[in-house]
Amino acid sequence: MSEISKAFAGLAGGEGALVTYIMGGDPDPDTCSKVIDAVVAGGADILELGIPFSDPIADGKSIQAAAVRALSAGTTPRRVLELAKNAKEKHHVPVALMTYFNILYSQGFENFLRLAKSHSVDGIIVPDLPLDEASRYARLSRRMGVDNILLAAPTTSAGRMRMLASNTSGFLYLVSVLGVTGARQSLRRSTLALIAFAHRYTRGRVPLAVGFGISAPEHVREVIEAGADGVIVGSGIVDRVADYRENKSKVLQNVEEYVRSLKAATRG
Amino acid sequence: MKSYPVNGRFGEFGGQFVPETLVPALQELESAYLRWKSDAGFRAELDGMLREYAGRPTPLYFARNLTKRAGGAMIFLKREDLLHGGAHKINNTLGQGLLAKRMGKQRVIAETGAGQHGVATAIACAALGLKAEVYMGSVDIERQKLNAYRMELMGAELHSVTAGSRTLKDAINEALRDWATNVSTTYYLIGSVVGPHPYPVIVRDFQSVIGKEIRDQMRRREGRLPDAVVACVGGGSNAMGSFHEFVEKRGVKLVGVEAGGAGRGRNAASLAEGRKGVLHGMLTYVLEDEDGQIRETQSVSAGLDYPGVGPEHSYLKERGRATYVTVRDKDALRAFHLLAEVEGILPALESAHAVAHAVKMARSMKKEQSIVVTLSGRGDKDVQIVAKEAGLESE
Repeated sequence: MSEISKAFAGLAGGEGALVTYIMGGDPDPDTCSKVIDAVVAGGADILELGIPFSDPIADGKSIQAAAVRALSAGTTPRRVLELAKNAKEKHHVPVALMTYFNILYSQGFENFLRLAKSHSVDGIIVPDLPLDEASRYARLSRRMGVDNILLAAPTTSAGRMRMLASNTSGFLYLVSVLGVTGARQSLRRSTLALIAFAHRYTRGRVPLAVGFGISAPEHVREVIEAGADGVIVGSGIVDRVADYRENKSKVLQNVEEYVRSLKAATRG
Repeated sequence: MKSYPVNGRFGEFGGQFVPETLVPALQELESAYLRWKSDAGFRAELDGMLREYAGRPTPLYFARNLTKRAGGAMIFLKREDLLHGGAHKINNTLGQGLLAKRMGKQRVIAETGAGQHGVATAIACAALGLKAEVYMGSVDIERQKLNAYRMELMGAELHSVTAGSRTLKDAINEALRDWATNVSTTYYLIGSVVGPHPYPVIVRDFQSVIGKEIRDQMRRREGRLPDAVVACVGGGSNAMGSFHEFVEKRGVKLVGVEAGGAGRGRNAASLAEGRKGVLHGMLTYVLEDEDGQIRETQSVSAGLDYPGVGPEHSYLKERGRATYVTVRDKDALRAFHLLAEVEGILPALESAHAVAHAVKMARSMKKEQSIVVTLSGRGDKDVQIVAKEAGLESE
């Protein structure tokens, strides 16, 4: 069982896992490691760390802006790998990298996985590497012991959902809404139905975590009650980090308190 | 070779590197395309529109004065610039517009660089009764104001994109985000042979009318096929449309001309200077830095200013079936002036790249040989840029 799967399995009945996304190197690599500390102190179960990419087609305004900040601060994929390694050593929290396929491809997929492994990374999430393309690399990631966390979407059919559930590792990342990442005001009824649908295929097989648009503790609660094993929150955290230039002293505290409120909601 | 792609790939190039949300939409698009492309009613409607509305067939013009000036092979111009809208783009927008209608999608989105595809989308949607929304980088809007306004006149809604380099690649990013958000009601009408499968095939097929006409016109006029076909390559749709018919005909040399910009490292020549990478859903040659971040490009021509290229071009390059060269900004501008002066034709700056290289090629070929250059668009939109560049030169 991978570190990521263990994080889900270790939770008591009814409690959901909190997966927190932050952009690696945002607002700059040194501050980012403090943001990681704050997120973990707030109670994150799994850390999802983004590697900034110039053309993030699955991301909305918040995470696009975070990528711009990180890249302008000189963040490289190597630097994010170091952040991951430090986080792992310091906090023993499972770490998944989230980035776009070209970042992996340009280093060579196998080479990238080897680097990731040597930096204690537990999984990768690549939003523009859908099942059909990922299957070329499935054996490789299994052999290297790095979870390749696949994504499912509201447009995914039953047949595809079944294949995704049996091919993903670590957990299945369910994209809750049509569109891109970004905090949304409310949770749609259709999202809850989608969770119930996906859960039919993941139950007893692999944990189901729900992301995109989830930002308020009430959303977290509803998602867990609808059958999800975990929630992924990104833009809500990233938006708080974005305040850094104006509000330096408060940001880390804001992030920690925010994450704590999300984590409390996973327990009901 | 002609029947490629296999499983959405041209050799290793192509594919569907898109978020899961869009995968079912691409599958739906592919099956709709396969169903309608050989449907007699669909073909008849498209051919009718191309003939009566767009102005096909376009002339193949023997450029006598240009040929004399070059002093070698005969140079023919395939006059796509004479099409309605002023560029070859309408071949594709009418085709995909009709497909969108058959699929029951009422809202069409598109990206545009120089604005030619945006204009062609606005035209097709107005004619077919569809709603068009066009994404265009704010830098491109600035340098192609006239086209931006033309789109709005024809009822398209223009979205200015201020992310990244604020050019074509960012407009595509934004269109992909829109499509993922509104996928059930919206048709994404891509303007070049780029993007995830099946777009490179769909756009190529709708543009392949260019090469078919070249074949017929050369046979009729010269009794044989041309020795070379030359076209500019940004994403590569006019080039792919010109080449496709000749890919199997080994005697015809295929030459793609990329934007050489201001020289090494400051251009948009993905095939000449790029590496294999993944951008906008396809594996192809891209311009990137050592970390895999997509590089900003540079060209006097907004339509060629793109850090990737259609996957089939990458394949043709790798197979050695087509050759790709670069022409710098200053040489493209010189060709623009040359064609204006000796033939009375203002080519689009994009097409001027192809003209520049054809003249160079002609010099080293025999008088009885022939080159067809695809004049993908007209240059009215570029007159201001040309005037500005001419002013700079004389200073």
